Amino acid sequence: MTANVPASAAAPAARFEPNLMRRKLAGTIFLGVCLLAIGVLLLTLAVLLWDILSRALPWLDAQFLTGAPSRRAERAGVLPALVGSIEIALLVALITFPIGVAAAIYLEEYANDNRLSRLLRTNIANLAGVPSIVYGIFGLALFVRGLGLGFSLLAGAMTLSLLILPVVIIASMEAMRAVPQAQREAAFALGGSRWQVVGGSVLPAAAPGILTGIILAMARAIGETAPLILVGAVTFVTFLPNPIDSGYTVLPIQIFQWAGDPREDFQSLAAAAITVLLILMFVLNAVAIIIRARLSRHLTW
Amino acid sequence: MTTVSVPFTRRTPLRERLIEAFLFLSAAVGILTTVGIVAVLVFEAVEFFREIPLVDYLTGTVWSASIKPFRFGVLPLMTGTLLVAGIALLVAVPFGLVSGIYLAEYASPRIRMLLKPLLELIAGIPTVVLGFFAINFISPVLLKTLVPGIGGFSVLAGGIVVGILVTPLIASLSEDAMRAVPRGLREGAVAMGATKFEVVRRVVVPAALSGIMASIILAMSRAVGETMAVVLAVGANPQLTLDVRESVQTMTAFIVQISLGDTPAGSLQFKALFAVGATLFMMTLALNLLSDRVVARFRNRY
Repeated sequence: MTANVPASAAAPAARFEPNLMRRKLAGTIFLGVCLLAIGVLLLTLAVLLWDILSRALPWLDAQFLTGAPSRRAERAGVLPALVGSIEIALLVALITFPIGVAAAIYLEEYANDNRLSRLLRTNIANLAGVPSIVYGIFGLALFVRGLGLGFSLLAGAMTLSLLILPVVIIASMEAMRAVPQAQREAAFALGGSRWQVVGGSVLPAAAPGILTGIILAMARAIGETAPLILVGAVTFVTFLPNPIDSGYTVLPIQIFQWAGDPREDFQSLAAAAITVLLILMFVLNAVAIIIRARLSRHLTW
Repeated sequence: MTTVSVPFTRRTPLRERLIEAFLFLSAAVGILTTVGIVAVLVFEAVEFFREIPLVDYLTGTVWSASIKPFRFGVLPLMTGTLLVAGIALLVAVPFGLVSGIYLAEYASPRIRMLLKPLLELIAGIPTVVLGFFAINFISPVLLKTLVPGIGGFSVLAGGIVVGILVTPLIASLSEDAMRAVPRGLREGAVAMGATKFEVVRRVVVPAALSGIMASIILAMSRAVGETMAVVLAVGANPQLTLDVRESVQTMTAFIVQISLGDTPAGSLQFKALFAVGATLFMMTLALNLLSDRVVARFRNRY
């Protein structure tokens, strides 16, 4: 047996050292590194939240929530920014919902796999990678100056809508793709036209996924800052905004302004405003999770 | 997408065709946006380059947009941007990759269920909040004690927060890449006597390398385009330096600075905003396309 084994084949066997102890030790060390890395990440998150909340808590009171910004920190409040953020999020949802869902229906249910539809798909994926500030530059040129909307809430909402649209389209497409083919075939078999199939059968089944996508997109829109600086959200607004012809501000911009002020009190104001923003985003995320759980409960296949 | 075709293809009713037209127009909004962005950037940037020659812009080492004499050499902004992105990657690649490996290969389903939302939480933090964290904790507490001679605003502080920001991106994309590696490959390695760590290091990571590289390039693109965290953490001091303790200005931070001031439309500074925007757009586009290429080129088909 041994005589038949050529030397070349025997050589690796001779060099083979099981040395399991050392190899297993390397694995254990690596697992330790993994846990350490995750631990550092979670610690960072904890320190960040603690840093913000510990500063914010003494400042979070009725005065802060109902007041307007002031040059004196103790009288400053966040109401115009809060209202601005909510208004802009609702406007963004109103604009992106019809366009985003329609685009997703076209790409998922109508378009054949031809050059044009591939171009549309690739383009949407690429748009999702454009830095948000570039959308701001585009919004400045198109909505603020081109369409003459000026530095209005509407111009800001339209700019953010373009930014959010790829997210809504991709989420809606995924929701529709998850609807089984049999669902469509059944509707076609009943004599439905293409639109009747989509509107009556696919959309209701995909609704939870689509709604979740839109709410998560709203949460993202609420946290966006850079594009709004370009389209003129100003930082010192003491009144509640109206959509067409007044200045406006939003929470992230208010945070940016306060955070840029080196005085301690204003840093605390920034922390308090961040807390309000995070709570708002948390509520939106929670709503998205509840919708997904509620609406998809009786839709199982 | 749909493979079902409508039976009895008589003439499609008008209503159906109108609906399809509306759906198509909505899908075309994306293309219009892309065309619009490119058109706006090119149109305004050309105006800028009529006054400042392209060569001077690309090779100039002094950027002074608000203090006379005005100089528009983009290199300081570019090195600032790349330095911040580089440090961000130095932070995010090890942390993101190791977390991705852990989630894909080691974590039990229960731990994954717990960790993934936490990572998404970090990814969802508005960037202005991370900027606040940089000027309130990372600069004054962490860096002041660790790095002698560092100021309140520094490349290092900006790089670290942007690193925190893109870590979840690398983690989740590289996790996806590793989970896509077929089980048979792992089983083969185990059958040959490899330990768990050897399977990960010699089989899974090499097999997922294209996805991992793509995630890193995408993270770089995000870091280059990142704005608010960088504006707050890095400051507004355009200078050509490689010293990470210094305050610099990135391309995005310049755009914000010009937008915040009362820069009249049509002035040279205002046009410079578009030129810098165009430069930024080209850099991120190149990175995004490169990332697509890496995935397409080096994907192992099983």
